[in-house]
Amino acid sequence: MIESIFNADFLASAIRIAIPLMLAGLGGVFSERSGVINIGLEGMMLTSAFIAIAATNFSNNPWIGIICALMVGILLGLIHAIVTVTFKANQIVSGVAINLFASGITVFLSWLWFQETQIMAVERLPIWGFAIPQSGEASSLIRSLIVIFAHHSPMVYLAFIIIILSHIIIFKTPFGLRLRSVGEYPQAADTLGVNVINMRYIAVMISGALAGLAGSFLSLEQAHFFVKEMSGGRGFIALAAMIFGKWTPFGTAGAALLFGIGEALAIRLQGIFTIPVQFINMVPYLLAIFVLVGAIGRASAPRADGIPYEKEII
Amino acid sequence: MKQKSNPFLYFLEKITPLIAIIGALLIGSVVILLIGEDPIQVYKMMFVLAIGNLDGWGNVLFRATPLIFTGLAVAFAFRCGLFNIGGEGQVYVGAFLAAYVGFTFTNLPSIILIPLTIAAAAAGGALWAFVPGLLKAKTGVHEVIVTIMMNWIATSLTFYLVLVYKAPPTEEMKAAGVQQMIPHTSEIAEAARLPRISTILSSLNIQLPAHNPLNVSFFIAIAAAFLVYYILWKTSLGYEIRAVGYNQTASEYAGINIAKNIILAMLISGALAGLVGTNEVMGYKFRWRQELFTNLGFNGIAVALLGKNHPFGVVLAAILFGILSYGGALVNIFTGGKIPRELIMVIQAVIVILVVVADEVAKRFILRRKSES
Repeated sequence: MIESIFNADFLASAIRIAIPLMLAGLGGVFSERSGVINIGLEGMMLTSAFIAIAATNFSNNPWIGIICALMVGILLGLIHAIVTVTFKANQIVSGVAINLFASGITVFLSWLWFQETQIMAVERLPIWGFAIPQSGEASSLIRSLIVIFAHHSPMVYLAFIIIILSHIIIFKTPFGLRLRSVGEYPQAADTLGVNVINMRYIAVMISGALAGLAGSFLSLEQAHFFVKEMSGGRGFIALAAMIFGKWTPFGTAGAALLFGIGEALAIRLQGIFTIPVQFINMVPYLLAIFVLVGAIGRASAPRADGIPYEKEII
Repeated sequence: MKQKSNPFLYFLEKITPLIAIIGALLIGSVVILLIGEDPIQVYKMMFVLAIGNLDGWGNVLFRATPLIFTGLAVAFAFRCGLFNIGGEGQVYVGAFLAAYVGFTFTNLPSIILIPLTIAAAAAGGALWAFVPGLLKAKTGVHEVIVTIMMNWIATSLTFYLVLVYKAPPTEEMKAAGVQQMIPHTSEIAEAARLPRISTILSSLNIQLPAHNPLNVSFFIAIAAAFLVYYILWKTSLGYEIRAVGYNQTASEYAGINIAKNIILAMLISGALAGLVGTNEVMGYKFRWRQELFTNLGFNGIAVALLGKNHPFGVVLAAILFGILSYGGALVNIFTGGKIPRELIMVIQAVIVILVVVADEVAKRFILRRKSES
């Protein structure tokens, strides 16, 4: 029975479930490393998920859909930055407002453009990599490796490249050092000539871009449709992954994968035991709470996280 | 003290919500223009239809009632420095529990059953807010993520429970073509129902159509607002809660038990949200129906912010949102669906952003003027 659950297809589906959480979690890492809490990730994902499908259906090209989703993510990031960095308004409130806005605008526009609230994607991305061998064509090990690593949508590979790039950017470049310094001790960074405001704007817009990619993956790749409220709290689960991953790209990706495995496992178990589907649906959210409690004591947020920067004390 | 010596600055600080509302309606009118409709006509239609007559007012106050509860819930927690954005889940659990008590203890008299059902609504909400409160107080886990997760757990849990206690669709429902897809429980006992305002008014010879949904729950909401005011500003519990919200370190130094106040604030906040069940279950549908509520918890945040986290401000903000919501629904119908009702959600989100931005701008402006003088 164990083999029937933990096989290559299981891991591949866990990876696919984890991708949006990884990307959005990375968005959280960039934003919070710079000192801005972004609970608007949820709304940014939802809006981008809608735009990805809408733009794909208008242009018949999923790549255009992804680029539009990315742009919308950046735009919402910009709004969050204007409200919280320039106007120094409460970051959680701004995030809540973005989530409310997303719930409204996505349904509003789907009525307006499509006259319905569930929209199928007319095109989807190709699968890149090797074809899955038929039984007998290759050994089961090679088949498993292909299923897990080399038979995915291009966005899966892109996500893994982004994770590695994010690690390099945050920890190995001068830009990353500045980013972390404005999130830890902005006054000192400012004294040393780092433009705190600019850094935070850039970080929050990167955060929006990543949430945008996450949203487009959710609708274009996972579901192949858009339906209202489809982000289903994933923006917040991504934040839990970020906290569990100690605000690092690799840690966040690992925690996201844990969520992916948990959700995939719950789906598999449902096929074996008769558990009501409602309890299966609770699994990711319960897991997030347990993970947060488990992260206590071993994780600490950037010191200036959530605190608007005041250049002068008035 | 100096603040009041300059009436202009004092005034400016008070009217920031008004500026935000006007700004949001302007942005909304840009959206309406983009659809190709006349914003003035749309807004006029919205307000005339919503509050142009007594029936409209009844519907507006009916829609404001749950927002008063969830707005008070958010405001109360906020006074303790907590963001309770899990109102949605607390509403679900509270309302389901109210329905359960209402359809289970059917042989109790009204005088016992009504208070019991109200208590069940409050207890359900409090129970759901207890978990994030406890985790925040004992382990420091951020309540924002936990309350959101509890929302989704509540949705699944009530969905499971409604299937356990599922009742067949009624004859009226079949006749009205209500989808059987949405499951619901049996009706609560007659003795558990709150009277409609229309029946009370008809004895005073004031005509409110019998189908008007406004019920006694509205007065429970107003009473809750007074109770919140009393707790926060007239009791030592309220003093401690506000002290914790204002400065946790200083409160701890002054001997205030932080963990106890956080848990209590969340319990009371959750109970307030749970009381939404009095309006929707005890006063309106008389049963739990899955997807009975939409975004009440989140709109409560908007209402609390617009009302500046003060109970009486919350009541006014909730009535405004009631006007927008009922007016928006009517405009949607009267324009044949040309203006989706989600426009109202967009306007509400813009109000939230503008009210916090206007607050910050006003605060800075006032500080600068003060330091200059």
